[in-house]
Amino acid sequence: MLSRRIIACLDVRNGCVVKGVKFAGLQNAGDPAALARRYNIEGIDELVILDVTATIEGRRAMADTIRAVSKELFIPLAVGGGIRSDEDAGAAIEAGADKVSVNTAALSEPALLTRLSTRYGSQAVVVAIDAKATGNGWSVYARSGQAETMRDAVGWAREAEARGAGEILLTSIDRDGTRSGFDCGLTAAVSTAVSIPVIASGGAGTFEHFKDVFTTGQADAALAASIFHFSEHAVADLKNYLHTNGVPVRC
Amino acid sequence: MSRKIALIDYGAGNLTSVRKGLEAAGADIYTPATARDVTHAAGIVVPGVGHFAATASLDGPWRDEILRCVEAGVPLFGICLGMQWLFDGSTEAAEIPGLGVFSGLCTRIEAPRPLKVPHVGWNTLARSRESVLLDGVEPAAHVYFTHAYAAPVTSECVATSEHGVTFAAAVERAHVGGVQFHPEKSSDAGLRILRNFVRMVTT
Repeated sequence: MLSRRIIACLDVRNGCVVKGVKFAGLQNAGDPAALARRYNIEGIDELVILDVTATIEGRRAMADTIRAVSKELFIPLAVGGGIRSDEDAGAAIEAGADKVSVNTAALSEPALLTRLSTRYGSQAVVVAIDAKATGNGWSVYARSGQAETMRDAVGWAREAEARGAGEILLTSIDRDGTRSGFDCGLTAAVSTAVSIPVIASGGAGTFEHFKDVFTTGQADAALAASIFHFSEHAVADLKNYLHTNGVPVRC
Repeated sequence: MSRKIALIDYGAGNLTSVRKGLEAAGADIYTPATARDVTHAAGIVVPGVGHFAATASLDGPWRDEILRCVEAGVPLFGICLGMQWLFDGSTEAAEIPGLGVFSGLCTRIEAPRPLKVPHVGWNTLARSRESVLLDGVEPAAHVYFTHAYAAPVTSECVATSEHGVTFAAAVERAHVGGVQFHPEKSSDAGLRILRNFVRMVTT
Protein backbone atom coordinates (compact mmCIF):
# COMPACT_ATOMS: atom_id res chain seq x y z
CA MET A 1 0.00 0.00 0.00
CA LEU A 2 1.18 3.49 -0.85
CA SER A 3 2.51 5.30 2.23
CA ARG A 4 1.66 8.84 3.22
CA ARG A 5 4.82 10.87 2.93
CA ILE A 6 6.45 12.97 5.64
CA ILE A 7 8.53 15.75 4.12
CA ALA A 8 11.01 17.98 5.93
CA CYS A 9 11.59 21.51 4.71
CA LEU A 10 14.98 23.18 5.10
CA ASP A 11 14.97 26.97 4.74
CA VAL A 12 18.40 27.80 3.41
CA ARG A 13 20.09 31.18 3.07
CA ASN A 14 23.63 31.51 1.71
CA GLY A 15 24.24 27.82 2.24
CA CYS A 16 22.98 27.69 5.85
CA VAL A 17 19.76 26.44 7.38
CA VAL A 18 18.19 29.55 8.86
CA LYS A 19 15.52 28.22 11.19
CA GLY A 20 16.70 27.22 14.62
CA VAL A 21 18.10 23.75 14.92
CA LYS A 22 18.68 22.18 18.30
CA PHE A 23 20.01 18.78 17.44
CA ALA A 24 22.72 17.54 19.71
CA GLY A 25 25.63 15.86 18.00
CA LEU A 26 25.55 17.84 14.80
CA GLN A 27 28.96 19.27 14.03
CA ASN A 28 27.40 22.25 12.36
CA ALA A 29 23.71 22.65 13.02
CA GLY A 30 23.36 25.13 10.18
CA ASP A 31 24.81 22.79 7.55
CA PRO A 32 21.95 21.59 5.29
CA ALA A 33 23.78 18.39 4.35
CA ALA A 34 24.34 17.48 8.01
CA LEU A 35 20.69 18.11 8.84
CA ALA A 36 19.52 16.23 5.75
CA ARG A 37 21.69 13.27 6.74
CA ARG A 38 20.14 13.31 10.20
CA TYR A 39 16.59 13.34 8.81
CA ASN A 40 17.45 10.53 6.43
CA ILE A 41 18.65 8.33 9.29
CA GLU A 42 15.38 9.03 11.09
CA GLY A 43 13.38 7.97 8.05
CA ILE A 44 12.22 11.18 6.39
CA ASP A 45 10.55 10.37 3.05
CA GLU A 46 11.56 13.43 1.11
CA LEU A 47 13.34 16.76 1.49
CA VAL A 48 12.45 20.22 0.31
CA ILE A 49 15.19 22.81 0.22
CA LEU A 50 13.68 26.26 0.17
CA ASP A 51 15.97 29.04 -0.99
CA VAL A 52 15.17 32.11 1.08
CA THR A 53 17.96 34.16 -0.53
CA ALA A 54 17.40 36.75 -3.18
CA THR A 55 20.96 37.40 -4.27
CA ILE A 56 23.18 36.02 -7.01
CA GLU A 57 25.73 34.88 -4.40
CA GLY A 58 22.98 33.05 -2.59
CA ARG A 59 21.98 31.31 -5.80
CA ARG A 60 25.50 30.00 -6.30
CA ALA A 61 25.63 28.78 -2.72
CA MET A 62 22.28 27.08 -3.37
CA ALA A 63 23.64 25.00 -6.23
CA ASP A 64 26.49 23.89 -3.95
CA THR A 65 23.96 22.99 -1.25
CA ILE A 66 21.87 20.93 -3.68
CA ARG A 67 25.02 19.19 -4.90
CA ALA A 68 26.19 18.40 -1.36
CA VAL A 69 22.79 17.06 -0.24
CA SER A 70 22.04 15.03 -3.39
CA LYS A 71 25.49 13.47 -3.47
CA GLU A 72 24.91 11.39 -0.37
CA LEU A 73 21.13 11.21 0.06
CA PHE A 74 19.15 8.87 -2.11
CA ILE A 75 15.61 10.05 -1.43
CA PRO A 76 13.57 12.54 -3.47
CA LEU A 77 14.82 16.11 -3.22
CA ALA A 78 12.74 19.13 -4.24
CA VAL A 79 14.07 22.65 -4.51
CA GLY A 80 11.96 25.77 -4.35
CA GLY A 81 12.10 29.46 -3.67
CA GLY A 82 12.91 31.97 -6.36
CA ILE A 83 12.63 29.62 -9.35
CA ARG A 84 11.47 32.13 -11.94
CA SER A 85 12.61 30.75 -15.27
CA ASP A 86 13.54 27.69 -17.27
CA GLU A 87 17.19 28.51 -16.50
CA ASP A 88 16.61 28.60 -12.72
CA ALA A 89 14.80 25.26 -12.87
CA GLY A 90 17.47 23.75 -15.11
CA ALA A 91 20.25 24.86 -12.75
CA ALA A 92 18.54 23.27 -9.74
CA ILE A 93 17.90 20.02 -11.61
CA GLU A 94 21.41 19.95 -13.03
CA ALA A 95 22.78 20.32 -9.49
CA GLY A 96 20.81 17.28 -8.34
CA ALA A 97 17.22 18.32 -7.53
CA ASP A 98 14.64 15.73 -8.55
CA LYS A 99 11.81 18.25 -8.48
CA VAL A 100 11.51 22.00 -8.70
CA SER A 101 8.77 23.89 -6.94
CA VAL A 102 7.41 26.91 -8.79
CA ASN A 103 5.07 29.50 -7.29
CA THR A 104 4.98 33.16 -8.39
CA ALA A 105 6.54 32.46 -11.79
CA ALA A 106 3.82 29.91 -12.60
CA LEU A 107 1.13 32.41 -11.63
CA SER A 108 2.52 35.09 -13.91
CA GLU A 109 3.33 32.63 -16.69
CA PRO A 110 1.41 29.34 -16.40
CA ALA A 111 3.03 28.04 -19.61
CA LEU A 112 6.25 27.63 -17.59
CA LEU A 113 4.67 24.54 -15.99
CA THR A 114 4.06 23.01 -19.40
CA ARG A 115 7.57 23.75 -20.64
CA LEU A 116 9.18 22.29 -17.53
CA SER A 117 7.03 19.16 -17.58
CA THR A 118 7.74 18.60 -21.27
CA ARG A 119 11.46 18.98 -20.65
CA TYR A 120 11.89 17.11 -17.35
CA GLY A 121 8.66 15.11 -16.94
CA SER A 122 5.69 16.17 -14.81
CA GLN A 123 7.09 14.21 -11.84
CA ALA A 124 9.77 16.92 -11.64
CA VAL A 125 7.33 19.84 -11.53
CA VAL A 126 5.71 20.90 -8.26
CA VAL A 127 3.37 23.86 -8.23
CA ALA A 128 3.50 25.66 -4.87
CA ILE A 129 0.20 27.31 -3.97
CA ASP A 130 -0.03 29.73 -1.04
CA ALA A 131 -3.68 30.20 -0.08
CA LYS A 132 -5.67 32.22 2.42
CA ALA A 133 -9.29 31.64 3.49
CA THR A 134 -11.78 34.20 2.21
CA GLY A 135 -14.95 33.01 3.95
CA ASN A 136 -16.37 31.13 0.98
CA GLY A 137 -13.17 29.64 -0.43
CA TRP A 138 -9.43 30.24 -0.60
CA SER A 139 -7.56 32.91 -2.53
CA VAL A 140 -4.13 32.36 -4.05
CA TYR A 141 -1.32 34.70 -3.05
CA ALA A 142 1.90 35.38 -4.93
CA ARG A 143 5.29 36.74 -3.85
CA SER A 144 5.59 34.82 -0.56
CA GLY A 145 2.07 35.67 0.49
CA GLN A 146 2.45 39.39 -0.20
CA ALA A 147 0.28 39.79 -3.27
CA GLU A 148 -3.30 38.62 -3.58
CA THR A 149 -4.17 37.24 -7.01
CA MET A 150 -7.60 36.96 -8.56
CA ARG A 151 -7.30 33.20 -8.46
CA ASP A 152 -9.18 30.65 -6.40
CA ALA A 153 -6.98 27.88 -4.93
CA VAL A 154 -9.07 24.96 -6.21
CA GLY A 155 -9.37 26.46 -9.69
CA TRP A 156 -5.64 27.20 -9.89
CA ALA A 157 -4.78 23.71 -8.67
CA ARG A 158 -6.89 22.22 -11.47
CA GLU A 159 -5.35 24.51 -14.06
CA ALA A 160 -1.80 23.78 -12.86
CA GLU A 161 -2.49 20.03 -13.13
CA ALA A 162 -3.84 20.46 -16.66
CA ARG A 163 -0.75 22.48 -17.59
CA GLY A 164 1.63 19.76 -16.47
CA ALA A 165 2.34 20.07 -12.75
CA GLY A 166 2.95 16.67 -11.17
CA GLU A 167 2.36 17.60 -7.53
CA ILE A 168 0.89 20.44 -5.49
CA LEU A 169 2.63 21.92 -2.47
CA LEU A 170 -0.29 23.62 -0.74
CA THR A 171 0.47 26.09 2.06
CA SER A 172 -2.14 27.71 4.25
CA ILE A 173 -0.98 31.28 4.90
CA ASP A 174 -3.46 31.49 7.80
CA ARG A 175 -1.85 28.52 9.56
CA ASP A 176 1.79 28.95 8.58
CA GLY A 177 3.95 29.36 11.68
CA THR A 178 0.98 29.11 14.07
CA ARG A 179 1.45 25.45 15.08
CA SER A 180 -2.35 25.27 15.30
CA GLY A 181 -2.80 22.47 12.79
CA PHE A 182 -3.00 22.16 9.01
CA ASP A 183 -5.98 23.70 7.19
CA CYS A 184 -7.79 20.40 6.54
CA GLY A 185 -10.67 22.12 4.75
CA LEU A 186 -8.37 23.72 2.20
CA THR A 187 -6.34 20.54 1.78
CA ALA A 188 -9.39 18.32 1.23
CA ALA A 189 -10.96 20.80 -1.21
CA VAL A 190 -7.84 20.80 -3.37
CA SER A 191 -6.98 17.10 -2.94
CA THR A 192 -10.41 15.92 -4.08
CA ALA A 193 -10.39 18.30 -7.06
CA VAL A 194 -7.20 16.95 -8.66
CA SER A 195 -5.66 13.55 -9.33
CA ILE A 196 -2.04 14.55 -8.64
CA PRO A 197 -0.65 14.32 -5.09
CA VAL A 198 -1.19 17.18 -2.66
CA ILE A 199 1.43 18.02 -0.05
CA ALA A 200 -0.12 19.88 2.88
CA SER A 201 1.94 22.61 4.53
CA GLY A 202 1.52 25.25 7.19
CA GLY A 203 0.43 24.78 10.79
CA ALA A 204 2.07 21.54 11.95
CA GLY A 205 2.36 21.64 15.73
CA THR A 206 1.55 18.18 17.06
CA PHE A 207 1.59 14.61 15.79
CA GLU A 208 -2.22 14.66 15.84
CA HIS A 209 -2.21 17.47 13.29
CA PHE A 210 -0.52 15.11 10.82
CA LYS A 211 -3.07 12.38 11.47
CA ASP A 212 -5.86 14.92 10.87
CA VAL A 213 -4.46 16.17 7.59
CA PHE A 214 -3.98 12.61 6.29
CA THR A 215 -7.53 11.59 7.25
CA THR A 216 -9.87 14.62 7.24
CA GLY A 217 -7.59 16.61 4.93
CA GLN A 218 -7.00 13.73 2.48
CA ALA A 219 -3.39 14.86 2.00
CA ASP A 220 -0.98 12.57 0.19
CA ALA A 221 2.00 14.06 1.99
CA ALA A 222 2.62 16.56 4.77
CA LEU A 223 5.47 19.01 5.09
CA ALA A 224 6.90 20.70 8.15
CA ALA A 225 10.06 22.42 9.22
CA SER A 226 10.35 23.52 12.82
CA ILE A 227 8.56 20.55 14.39
CA PHE A 228 11.42 18.40 13.09
CA HIS A 229 14.16 20.91 13.90
CA PHE A 230 13.48 21.26 17.59
CA SER A 231 13.63 17.74 18.90
CA GLU A 232 15.58 14.62 18.21
CA HIS A 233 13.80 11.53 16.92
CA ALA A 234 10.76 13.64 15.93
CA VAL A 235 10.50 12.03 12.48
CA ALA A 236 10.70 8.48 13.80
CA ASP A 237 8.34 9.26 16.68
CA LEU A 238 5.83 10.87 14.32
CA LYS A 239 5.89 7.85 12.02
CA ASN A 240 5.37 5.47 14.93
CA TYR A 241 2.41 7.57 16.08
CA LEU A 242 0.84 7.57 12.59
CA HIS A 243 1.43 3.84 12.15
CA THR A 244 -0.25 3.15 15.51
CA ASN A 245 -3.17 5.32 14.41
CA GLY A 246 -3.75 3.45 11.17
CA VAL A 247 -2.05 5.86 8.74
CA PRO A 248 0.19 3.93 6.33
CA VAL A 249 3.77 5.20 6.57
CA ARG A 250 7.21 3.98 5.57
CA CYS A 251 8.88 2.83 8.77
CA MET B 1 38.16 -5.65 -20.95
CA SER B 2 36.07 -2.60 -20.18
CA ARG B 3 34.04 -2.69 -17.01
CA LYS B 4 32.14 0.43 -17.88
CA ILE B 5 28.37 0.71 -17.71
CA ALA B 6 26.68 2.63 -20.52
CA LEU B 7 24.02 4.99 -19.15
CA ILE B 8 21.74 5.67 -22.10
CA ASP B 9 20.71 9.33 -22.42
CA TYR B 10 17.80 9.61 -24.86
CA GLY B 11 16.49 12.90 -23.55
CA ALA B 12 13.78 11.47 -21.28
CA GLY B 13 14.34 13.51 -18.16
CA ASN B 14 17.42 14.23 -16.22
CA LEU B 15 20.18 11.72 -15.57
CA THR B 16 21.89 13.42 -12.63
CA SER B 17 20.20 11.34 -9.92
CA VAL B 18 20.65 8.03 -11.73
CA ARG B 19 24.31 8.86 -12.35
CA LYS B 20 24.86 9.72 -8.67
CA GLY B 21 23.09 6.55 -7.55
CA LEU B 22 25.12 4.32 -9.83
CA GLU B 23 28.36 6.01 -8.78
CA ALA B 24 27.45 5.49 -5.12
CA ALA B 25 26.89 1.82 -5.99
CA GLY B 26 30.45 1.63 -7.30
CA ALA B 27 29.74 1.79 -11.02
CA ASP B 28 32.15 3.16 -13.57
CA ILE B 29 29.76 4.81 -16.01
CA TYR B 30 29.79 6.65 -19.30
CA THR B 31 27.11 8.19 -21.46
CA PRO B 32 27.45 6.96 -25.05
CA ALA B 33 27.13 9.77 -27.61
CA THR B 34 26.03 7.43 -30.40
CA ALA B 35 24.68 3.89 -30.56
CA ARG B 36 28.09 2.69 -31.74
CA ASP B 37 29.58 3.78 -28.43
CA VAL B 38 27.41 1.17 -26.67
CA THR B 39 29.34 -1.63 -28.39
CA HIS B 40 32.01 -2.04 -25.73
CA ALA B 41 29.78 -1.57 -22.68
CA ALA B 42 30.09 -4.16 -19.93
CA GLY B 43 26.57 -3.31 -18.81
CA ILE B 44 23.73 -1.07 -19.99
CA VAL B 45 21.31 1.06 -17.96
CA VAL B 46 18.23 2.54 -19.63
CA PRO B 47 16.70 5.17 -17.32
CA GLY B 48 13.85 7.51 -18.17
CA VAL B 49 10.79 9.30 -16.90
CA GLY B 50 7.75 10.75 -18.57
CA HIS B 51 5.81 9.76 -21.67
CA PHE B 52 6.46 6.50 -23.53
CA ALA B 53 6.70 8.55 -26.74
CA ALA B 54 10.15 9.70 -25.52
CA THR B 55 11.46 6.18 -26.22
CA ALA B 56 10.96 6.82 -29.95
CA SER B 57 14.51 8.18 -30.03
CA LEU B 58 15.76 4.73 -28.98
CA ASP B 59 14.32 3.19 -32.12
CA GLY B 60 16.75 2.35 -34.91
CA PRO B 61 20.50 2.05 -34.19
CA TRP B 62 20.20 2.29 -30.38
CA ARG B 63 17.67 -0.49 -30.26
CA ASP B 64 19.71 -2.67 -32.63
CA GLU B 65 22.92 -2.15 -30.68
CA ILE B 66 21.29 -2.75 -27.28
CA LEU B 67 19.66 -5.95 -28.58
CA ARG B 68 22.97 -7.13 -30.01
CA CYS B 69 24.67 -6.54 -26.63
CA VAL B 70 21.91 -8.38 -24.74
CA GLU B 71 22.23 -11.34 -27.09
CA ALA B 72 25.98 -11.31 -26.42
CA GLY B 73 25.27 -11.57 -22.68
CA VAL B 74 25.78 -7.94 -21.59
CA PRO B 75 23.64 -7.18 -18.48
CA LEU B 76 20.81 -4.70 -19.14
CA PHE B 77 18.86 -2.81 -16.50
CA GLY B 78 15.81 -0.59 -17.13
CA ILE B 79 14.54 1.98 -14.66
CA CYS B 80 10.94 3.31 -14.67
CA LEU B 81 10.19 4.25 -18.30
CA GLY B 82 13.38 2.38 -19.19
CA MET B 83 11.89 -0.81 -17.74
CA GLN B 84 8.62 -0.26 -19.60
CA TRP B 85 10.62 0.05 -22.81
CA LEU B 86 11.97 -3.51 -22.28
CA PHE B 87 8.40 -4.77 -22.91
CA ASP B 88 6.61 -4.97 -26.28
CA GLY B 89 5.25 -1.45 -25.90
CA SER B 90 2.78 0.71 -24.04
CA THR B 91 -0.77 1.87 -24.69
CA GLU B 92 0.55 5.35 -23.81
CA ALA B 93 2.15 5.53 -27.28
CA ALA B 94 0.90 2.45 -29.12
CA GLU B 95 2.70 3.29 -32.38
CA ILE B 96 6.15 3.06 -30.74
CA PRO B 97 7.55 -0.44 -30.22
CA GLY B 98 9.44 -1.38 -27.08
CA LEU B 99 12.58 -3.52 -27.09
CA GLY B 100 10.45 -6.64 -26.63
CA VAL B 101 12.79 -8.61 -24.38
CA PHE B 102 9.84 -9.05 -22.00
CA SER B 103 6.40 -9.82 -23.39
CA GLY B 104 3.32 -7.78 -22.75
CA LEU B 105 2.06 -4.23 -23.05
CA CYS B 106 2.26 -1.52 -20.39
CA THR B 107 -1.09 0.05 -19.59
CA ARG B 108 -2.42 2.93 -17.51
CA ILE B 109 -3.00 2.17 -13.82
CA GLU B 110 -6.77 2.10 -13.33
CA ALA B 111 -7.00 2.79 -9.60
CA PRO B 112 -10.37 3.74 -8.13
CA ARG B 113 -10.78 7.01 -6.19
CA PRO B 114 -9.74 8.10 -3.61
CA LEU B 115 -6.49 6.59 -4.94
CA LYS B 116 -4.64 8.91 -7.25
CA VAL B 117 -2.92 8.31 -10.58
CA PRO B 118 -0.01 8.93 -11.08
CA HIS B 119 1.15 6.61 -8.32
CA VAL B 120 3.67 8.76 -6.44
CA GLY B 121 5.48 7.83 -3.27
CA TRP B 122 6.87 4.97 -1.24
CA ASN B 123 5.28 1.56 -1.62
CA THR B 124 6.15 -1.99 -0.63
CA LEU B 125 7.21 -4.92 -2.79
CA ALA B 126 5.66 -8.40 -2.80
CA ARG B 127 8.38 -10.78 -3.93
CA SER B 128 7.21 -13.50 -6.29
CA ARG B 129 10.45 -15.21 -7.30
CA GLU B 130 14.14 -15.47 -6.52
CA SER B 131 15.98 -12.48 -7.88
CA VAL B 132 19.62 -11.50 -8.24
CA LEU B 133 18.74 -7.81 -8.47
CA LEU B 134 16.59 -7.84 -5.32
CA ASP B 135 19.00 -10.00 -3.34
CA GLY B 136 19.45 -8.65 0.18
CA VAL B 137 16.57 -6.18 0.00
CA GLU B 138 14.54 -6.34 3.22
CA PRO B 139 11.11 -7.95 2.66
CA ALA B 140 9.38 -4.96 4.29
CA ALA B 141 11.42 -2.34 2.39
CA HIS B 142 9.63 0.56 0.74
CA VAL B 143 10.77 1.92 -2.61
CA TYR B 144 9.94 5.19 -4.38
CA PHE B 145 7.61 5.18 -7.39
CA THR B 146 6.38 7.91 -9.70
CA HIS B 147 4.45 6.66 -12.76
CA ALA B 148 0.99 6.43 -14.31
CA TYR B 149 1.58 3.40 -16.56
CA ALA B 150 2.80 -0.01 -15.47
CA ALA B 151 3.94 -3.34 -16.87
CA PRO B 152 1.82 -6.50 -16.60
CA VAL B 153 2.52 -9.27 -14.10
CA THR B 154 4.05 -12.16 -16.02
CA SER B 155 6.15 -15.19 -15.12
CA GLU B 156 9.28 -12.99 -15.37
CA CYS B 157 8.03 -10.65 -12.69
CA VAL B 158 10.15 -10.99 -9.51
CA ALA B 159 8.21 -8.47 -7.41
CA THR B 160 4.82 -6.84 -7.64
CA SER B 161 3.42 -3.74 -6.03
CA GLU B 162 -0.13 -2.61 -5.52
CA HIS B 163 -2.04 0.62 -6.09
CA GLY B 164 -5.67 -0.30 -6.66
CA VAL B 165 -4.31 -2.86 -9.12
CA THR B 166 -1.33 -5.22 -8.93
CA PHE B 167 1.49 -4.45 -11.37
CA ALA B 168 5.06 -5.52 -12.06
CA ALA B 169 7.49 -3.65 -9.80
CA ALA B 170 10.56 -5.64 -10.89
CA VAL B 171 11.26 -8.07 -13.72
CA GLU B 172 14.27 -10.25 -14.33
CA ARG B 173 15.39 -12.99 -16.70
CA ALA B 174 19.02 -14.07 -16.60
CA HIS B 175 21.10 -10.90 -17.16
CA VAL B 176 18.18 -8.65 -18.16
CA GLY B 177 16.05 -6.86 -15.59
CA GLY B 178 14.19 -3.71 -14.71
CA VAL B 179 12.36 -1.91 -11.94
CA GLN B 180 9.35 0.35 -12.16
CA PHE B 181 10.45 2.35 -9.12
CA HIS B 182 13.49 4.60 -8.79
CA PRO B 183 16.31 2.71 -7.04
CA GLU B 184 18.38 5.91 -7.11
CA LYS B 185 15.71 7.55 -4.92
CA SER B 186 14.84 4.55 -2.74
CA SER B 187 17.45 4.97 -0.03
CA ASP B 188 19.27 1.86 1.22
CA ALA B 189 16.99 -0.63 -0.55
CA GLY B 190 17.54 1.14 -3.86
CA LEU B 191 21.32 1.35 -3.46
CA ARG B 192 21.39 -2.35 -2.71
CA ILE B 193 19.64 -3.07 -6.02
CA LEU B 194 22.05 -0.82 -7.92
CA ARG B 195 25.00 -2.57 -6.25
CA ASN B 196 23.51 -5.94 -7.22
CA PHE B 197 23.39 -4.81 -10.84
CA VAL B 198 26.95 -3.46 -10.70
CA ARG B 199 28.08 -6.81 -9.28
CA MET B 200 26.26 -8.60 -12.14
CA VAL B 201 28.31 -6.49 -14.56
CA THR B 202 31.67 -6.79 -12.85
CA THR B 203 31.71 -10.49 -11.97
